[in-house]
Amino acid sequence: MSGNAVIEIQGVTKAFGEREVLGGIDLTLREHEAIALIGASGSGKSTLLRCIDLLVEIDDGDILLDGEVITDPSVNPVEVRRKLGFVFQAFNLFPHMSVIENVTLGSVRAQGAGKKEARERGRALLERFGLGGREDDKPDQLSGGQQQRVALCRALSVQPRALLLDEVTSALDPELVGDVLDAVRDLKQEGMTMIIATHEMSFAREVADEVAFLHEGKIIEQGSPEMILAEPERPETQKFLRRLLAAGRI
Amino acid sequence: MKLFLGVEVIVLMLGLLVAVIRTSKAPALFPIRMLAAVYCDFFRGVPVILLVYLVGFGIPALDLEGVPKDPIILAGIALSLAYSSYVAEVYRAGIASIHPSQTDAGLATGLTRFQTLRFVVVPQAVRRVRPPLLNDFISLQKDVALVSVLGISEAFRIAQVEAASTFNYTPLIAAALLYLAVTFPMARILDHITAREQINS
Repeated sequence: MSGNAVIEIQGVTKAFGEREVLGGIDLTLREHEAIALIGASGSGKSTLLRCIDLLVEIDDGDILLDGEVITDPSVNPVEVRRKLGFVFQAFNLFPHMSVIENVTLGSVRAQGAGKKEARERGRALLERFGLGGREDDKPDQLSGGQQQRVALCRALSVQPRALLLDEVTSALDPELVGDVLDAVRDLKQEGMTMIIATHEMSFAREVADEVAFLHEGKIIEQGSPEMILAEPERPETQKFLRRLLAAGRI
Repeated sequence: MKLFLGVEVIVLMLGLLVAVIRTSKAPALFPIRMLAAVYCDFFRGVPVILLVYLVGFGIPALDLEGVPKDPIILAGIALSLAYSSYVAEVYRAGIASIHPSQTDAGLATGLTRFQTLRFVVVPQAVRRVRPPLLNDFISLQKDVALVSVLGISEAFRIAQVEAASTFNYTPLIAAALLYLAVTFPMARILDHITAREQINS
């Protein structure tokens, strides 16, 4: 837990109109570390991830990437996004492009890599995540789990400093969840730095070094997975976990 | 026919440009966004025949240096102005129909806003609005007949003259067939492309 800080979030707030979504978030993500963000729908997990990738502008506070404040107006958001990988809940693949085009678009257009080189790297990534031979298919010819793995390859294709995973299994049929979680598990073992917003508690326990519980836009409890998931101190966390337990999600 | 093809190319490009400007969100672009909106409202609101008249007779009447006087070019300008405004709105509807999550994905992949538009949003939007674009395409092809008001001989004009001198209306039917000969295959080709794409996906 002593690596360099990759992402630092300091006092970040965000409101949509009157509704406060993030009420002062502090969080530090270190190199090779995985933090799981847990919390009910609407607790601000997605918004926080979107703020880090500068897809949503924050109201107050700072976000740092490798020590540099990225939420400063003078920073070009495009440069920041090129250093981060984002995987969406609903995959958001480009439906008019083939699988390989989805995976190489970023390296070719954003990083100026040669088409051939990008294709080779893309092919290797797809191969690695069990998608060899599907390069020329369109996204809608794939299952949800395969699509999400393509989205993961797309995010990895630009060799990001950190991965932001926004409930990557929530839109999948239960039997397809495993493949995607396996892929994330592999990445963690390789030392990928990531923030994972998730509803999969057993997965959080296994992969995350730290769990942060978000409640109404604030991190009200944070610590090792064993501590937060087994012996939470705050009544809100206890209630949240009890509900998941009752729904058979743990 | 040459006039029609030239105008169509200009219309498709100019219309897209206006649509992209109208769907932009940057506050700094507000003035040209406003200009684009006025452009659409104005040229859609004026009857095409009036526009052809205005440009075709009005511009040469101003007697300016370096302004084209060829009635075919002037007619082409008038038709381009009118049809770009229609086509811009078709494109705009297409762009608006692409879910914002696609833009998010483009940006998250490291593309600039312009690249996201160019590689992600516009290609999908154009595919979606192909049928209404063809509608405007055909309607433009027919409105080429309006250039006859500038004294240009196109099929309809020639047929009219012929019919008037002989009291035989067959030339008009021939002219109608001539127009159909262009629009009909175009519609079928587009249907074919659309159907093929649906099978592919």
